[in-house]
Amino acid sequence: MRGLFSRTKLLESKIEEYLQHTSEAGLLFREAIKNYLDGRLEEFEQRRRQVADLENRADGLRRAIERQLYVETLIPESRGDVLGILEQTDEVINCTKTALMQLSVEQPDIPDEFDADYLELADFGARSVQDLVLGIRAFFTSTQTVPDCVHKVAFWEKEADKVAERLKRRIFETELDLSRKIHLSDFVMYIDSLSDQAEDVSERLSISTIKRSV
Amino acid sequence: MLLFLSSGLFLGWSLGANDAANVFGTAVATRMVRFRTAALVTSVFVVLGAVISGGGTTETLGQLGAVNALGGSFMVALAAALSVLWMTKAGLPVSVSQAIVGGILGWNFFTGSPTDVGSLIKIVSTWVACPLLAAGFAAVFYLIARAGIRSCRIHLLELDAGTRFLLVAAGAFGAYSLGANNIANVMGVFVPAFPSGSAVIFGQIRLSFPQMLFLVGGLAIASGVYTYSRRVMMTIGKDLFRLTPTTALIVVLAEAIVLFLFASQRLEGWLIANGLPSIPLVPVSSSQAVVGGVIGIALARGARGFKLSVLGRIAGGWVATPLIAALIAFLGLFVLQNVFGLTVRLPGQ
Repeated sequence: MRGLFSRTKLLESKIEEYLQHTSEAGLLFREAIKNYLDGRLEEFEQRRRQVADLENRADGLRRAIERQLYVETLIPESRGDVLGILEQTDEVINCTKTALMQLSVEQPDIPDEFDADYLELADFGARSVQDLVLGIRAFFTSTQTVPDCVHKVAFWEKEADKVAERLKRRIFETELDLSRKIHLSDFVMYIDSLSDQAEDVSERLSISTIKRSV
Repeated sequence: MLLFLSSGLFLGWSLGANDAANVFGTAVATRMVRFRTAALVTSVFVVLGAVISGGGTTETLGQLGAVNALGGSFMVALAAALSVLWMTKAGLPVSVSQAIVGGILGWNFFTGSPTDVGSLIKIVSTWVACPLLAAGFAAVFYLIARAGIRSCRIHLLELDAGTRFLLVAAGAFGAYSLGANNIANVMGVFVPAFPSGSAVIFGQIRLSFPQMLFLVGGLAIASGVYTYSRRVMMTIGKDLFRLTPTTALIVVLAEAIVLFLFASQRLEGWLIANGLPSIPLVPVSSSQAVVGGVIGIALARGARGFKLSVLGRIAGGWVATPLIAALIAFLGLFVLQNVFGLTVRLPGQ
């Protein structure tokens, strides 16, 4: 019996570590965007590498969690939902890694007048990730607070969509070349996709919480 | 001797094969507990319950009809076993407890022995009380569990580990109660046909002859658990009722408590000593207790998905099972006495 509880504690700590990586990826993402917009490319690259490293470690943790849940046949009723949520959360970290990698490779020349909007977009993305992580933690311990977190993620996603639309319209109203406009617009899409992905996970979380009634 | 006991042993085997699933069915089907663990725990505690606490319900059945010849006991147990088999094949809900009562009544009618109406009323009333009590316990436990899980903020994984542990503990209690309550169905009809007295077994343990019968019956139940119950467990756990591990735990606990209430001589003695109304010691159906428990949870959740047809099937079983068993017993006793020339009743009863 003690063995069962100690293995359970170990698995809990792995899930917590995975969620911490996700949260950190969101925060690093926002800081990396800020660094890029400020022209601090060395710091940007450092944060980009940190995010890539977090993504690798999160992948390993997710596989270990999956294996342990199946091998020890833990939480049979909720296992499918838990693994689905963790897999979709992996896509959130992937979003941050992909966006920063694209930024690093393509190095768009972003006019200063758009810095504030890009930063606000990244900020909403990061906030949606933080509230998503809180919601996933609540799913494991106190399901009553999950709807509140889901609601917040949906709110940040809507705000991000508003900023994304406003930013794209401003970009295409400028006298820049069409190719540059499209390039800048692509990066709006990359950064906006973070809050979109977070909202997708939160919707699944919401359904799983309803299923997880006693 | 073994030939006469064979019908009781067969009844014991079928009890183990079918009723063990009421104790560990959902736990095994959802892989919360391994079948090997479930089978071992069930077997050990069924035997303990039968030997230690099986006397109370046996006495009540004896009051209904004292089947005092081995031939009679054989046929009563066989009639019960055949009616259980027939109803099971027909896909109808069946209770071994009700079948054995029908068999005893059949013996009473055949031999012209008077049926103790008071005992009969006591027994039939417990058939109604059993699922109702189980429903009540389950509803209360469910509400407590739901409030407790929400307020304690237990991690899902810790809840899972705790539930596994409690499923084994509740299953052990359930198996003990099953043995204590239902061994009368298996061996109760043979007790009046055996002499009183005791003997020492394994050089140390002194058991009365009824207790030895209960031990043999308990081992027959255990053999049913190991050889056939896995299939039934997977059916009960997945197809019959869709329970979560937590609600399965509540149902098993409610069932175990109800069966224990109707079997515990100590509890009966305590109630009488304190001037409280006593609970009759009667074999009751673990399947009906489980159904009652599930209904209790459904009602506690707001009666969503509650089907009156389930109650109708249970009520139908109350009527059909003892009638069929009584009829088979009557006909079988006729054949035993008049075709094979066996004694089915000793004079002086």
